[in-house]
Amino acid sequence: MAQQQYDIIIVGSGAGGGMATYQLANAGLKVALVEAGAYYDPASDEQRTQLRNPWESPRRGASTRLRPFGDYNACIGGWDLDGEPYTQKDNTDFMWWRGRMLGGRTNHWGRISLRFGPLDFKRKDIDGLGDNWPIGYEDIKPYYDKVDKLIGVFGTNEGLPNDPDGFFLPPPKPRLHELFYIKGARKSGVPVIPARKSMLTKRINAERGVCYYCGQCSRACSIHADFSSSTALIYPALRGGQVDLYTNSMVREVLTDDEGRATGVSFINKEDRQERQLNGRIVILAASACSSARILLNSKSPQHENGLGNSSNHVGRYLHDSTGASRAAFLPELMDRDIYNEDGVGGMHVYSPWWLDNKNLDFPRGYHLEIGGGMGMPSYGFGFAVNQYNEFLGERVGGYGNQLRDDIRKFYGTRLGISCRGESVPQWGNYCELDPTVVDEWGIPVLRFNYQWTDYEIKQARHMQDSMEELLEASGGILLGSKPGADRNYGLTKPGEIIHEVGTTRMGDDAATSVTNEYGQLHDADNVFVVDAGTFVSQADKNPTWTIMALSWRTSDYIIEQMKQQNI
Amino acid sequence: MMKNSESKTEENAKALSRRDALKSLLLAPLAGGVIASTGCASGGDPRSAVQWASLPNSYSYGRTEVEKQRDARLFRESYFREHELVTVAVLCDIILPSDHPNGGALDAGLPEFVEFMVKDRERYKLPIRGGIAGLDAYAIDNFGADFINISEAQRLTLCDRIAYTDVGDAELQPGISFFSLMRNLTLTGYYTTAAGFADLGYQGNTPNIWDGVPEAVLQRHGVAYESEWLAKCVDQSRRDITAEWDDDMNLIS
Repeated sequence: MAQQQYDIIIVGSGAGGGMATYQLANAGLKVALVEAGAYYDPASDEQRTQLRNPWESPRRGASTRLRPFGDYNACIGGWDLDGEPYTQKDNTDFMWWRGRMLGGRTNHWGRISLRFGPLDFKRKDIDGLGDNWPIGYEDIKPYYDKVDKLIGVFGTNEGLPNDPDGFFLPPPKPRLHELFYIKGARKSGVPVIPARKSMLTKRINAERGVCYYCGQCSRACSIHADFSSSTALIYPALRGGQVDLYTNSMVREVLTDDEGRATGVSFINKEDRQERQLNGRIVILAASACSSARILLNSKSPQHENGLGNSSNHVGRYLHDSTGASRAAFLPELMDRDIYNEDGVGGMHVYSPWWLDNKNLDFPRGYHLEIGGGMGMPSYGFGFAVNQYNEFLGERVGGYGNQLRDDIRKFYGTRLGISCRGESVPQWGNYCELDPTVVDEWGIPVLRFNYQWTDYEIKQARHMQDSMEELLEASGGILLGSKPGADRNYGLTKPGEIIHEVGTTRMGDDAATSVTNEYGQLHDADNVFVVDAGTFVSQADKNPTWTIMALSWRTSDYIIEQMKQQNI
Repeated sequence: MMKNSESKTEENAKALSRRDALKSLLLAPLAGGVIASTGCASGGDPRSAVQWASLPNSYSYGRTEVEKQRDARLFRESYFREHELVTVAVLCDIILPSDHPNGGALDAGLPEFVEFMVKDRERYKLPIRGGIAGLDAYAIDNFGADFINISEAQRLTLCDRIAYTDVGDAELQPGISFFSLMRNLTLTGYYTTAAGFADLGYQGNTPNIWDGVPEAVLQRHGVAYESEWLAKCVDQSRRDITAEWDDDMNLIS
């Protein structure tokens, strides 16, 4: 079949792919955007789950295998996809999330948008572990600035050394339980500041709406007042006419010529199961850290026998996810509280950035604290263990009859929760590779994971538990459940569970120890780029999305410049 | 926003019309087996109707094709035998009775909700089927008939023994577990309906402008906003003015 020649082929429409699409299409280049999932727009009533009442779902918002974060969550994808298995080596228990929709996981993430700080690019200089990035904060800062203005993020300038200021929209006021947390944090000497999240508390342009505080960002916003790659980047790019969008298209491999340069990609159309090709001058992988690594490893040719970009054997290596742990408390002060609408934005209005110096601790790298609670909308699970807090009041737990209605109101909105998200230390021994025998339903070899936490992460989790206990009690809370001990790795989440996996195609100046250069350009093929979190050398105690977009924009500028100079 | 409040009104109307279509099953002894040999403990004819509001059997709320097919299949299946469904209804009614201005479990269609959840979540199937069988055996031991065929007072006597988690009797633990599960499902099923929202006084899930905790609430709990913090927060009267910054990252609009 006759093939159009694209300037750019982009694989994946999440944060990295969306930003590259927007920048390169706006520069006048002809772009093919290839997405493994279907078209999605939360503004369409057929796809909208926002502002639904729980009784519009027969399971009242309960999770299913198809929607692991609940029936109304915008996610289409998950850890367990039909026909798309992955395998584990030895006793690895890695959880691999895949988004399968236009915009990828940016439709349902927490919108926590944190710049990495100067220290985060040079961790090896500080603790001798892992590697430094080939770039520093000063290289990426102009792009963070531009991302702030283009996408919109609320927050405050606090002048913190490793949590940089930005071009922020104003934050929403704290909720009641958050005021209790603030009091507790002040008492404990832990900093607490307004959250930094990409929701529009103020207008940024004529296209996107301004937040109306339904608290449902995880359902994707029908007025496009929160950031997702599709709403903020891809729809505008599509309107420009420079982008051909291929949905339900599962990329098998990057095709290369006799010189080992990319000529395009092959993909399977999931609707008719037929394989097709796209030809392009430049291929950009933005399929997520592990999916992009998989595509590279599957792109074998005489010139790239070990997989494309893998002459160093580094593709798939240094895979790492954020650490996580959580704890909750009962706030007796909030019993029988006045009921008003405190939905606010989706998730927390306040958080605590990392505040300690690891020199004085028995583990490297930090974590931040995310605060939860409030009078949320009843959904499946509401009313479970209705009066369990009676235990703390010397009253009986259980019962039946109309007094349960009083219990429901008595304990509504009395829970205060903390979740910690921390930085792990990248390890050569933690990696994904092709499973030698297993394929997915499209016949594409699948990934096999090898991943173990080290003592660094386990000791960090122990510290998280101590911090959470102290803060919850200082906030006036009575701790719930028991503190997980060494037998449970101090409540440390499984690798992959936080869905911040990074590092599989890390950047570096040395082609022997990295996959791409500082622009995400493969050392082994100058017209192939990676713009997802695969290029991260280390993760930082911050969520990765803002950095993915800043780097993708930087790579896009580099591509435009290199094309102008006819280098690629 | 207009659109939303209209659709909400429509939903309420639907919920009301659902309530008109009552589903009705008889409380009646099963034929044969243990029940036939034990007969009815309360004497006379125990047959009386248990009724509940019917729930819709199709929904539309942003589903993918795969999800629509799965839900349609769940609606076609039935899991409970009639005796089990009636037992579920009687238990739901005990847990959240209808003698209340906001209605109770049966008004909120709980038996059908419980059955849907049991079909949706495989792990509930055995605990509920086994729980009902265990409850019947316990009722027969104590009062000579299965749970739905003993008197109301006898039912409450049994519930009093299994409704609280602090009961130490080892033999009662499976019953306590089952009753807890039924209480969880009943409350969650009720509070996720319009009636439950009204009962709770829930105020959210609607476009609004969040501008902080009401002053009276702050006072009641003895907390206050820090003035320095508050100064940084959004001025909602300027939310619609397009954001602009100076070169030093200060918002100036």
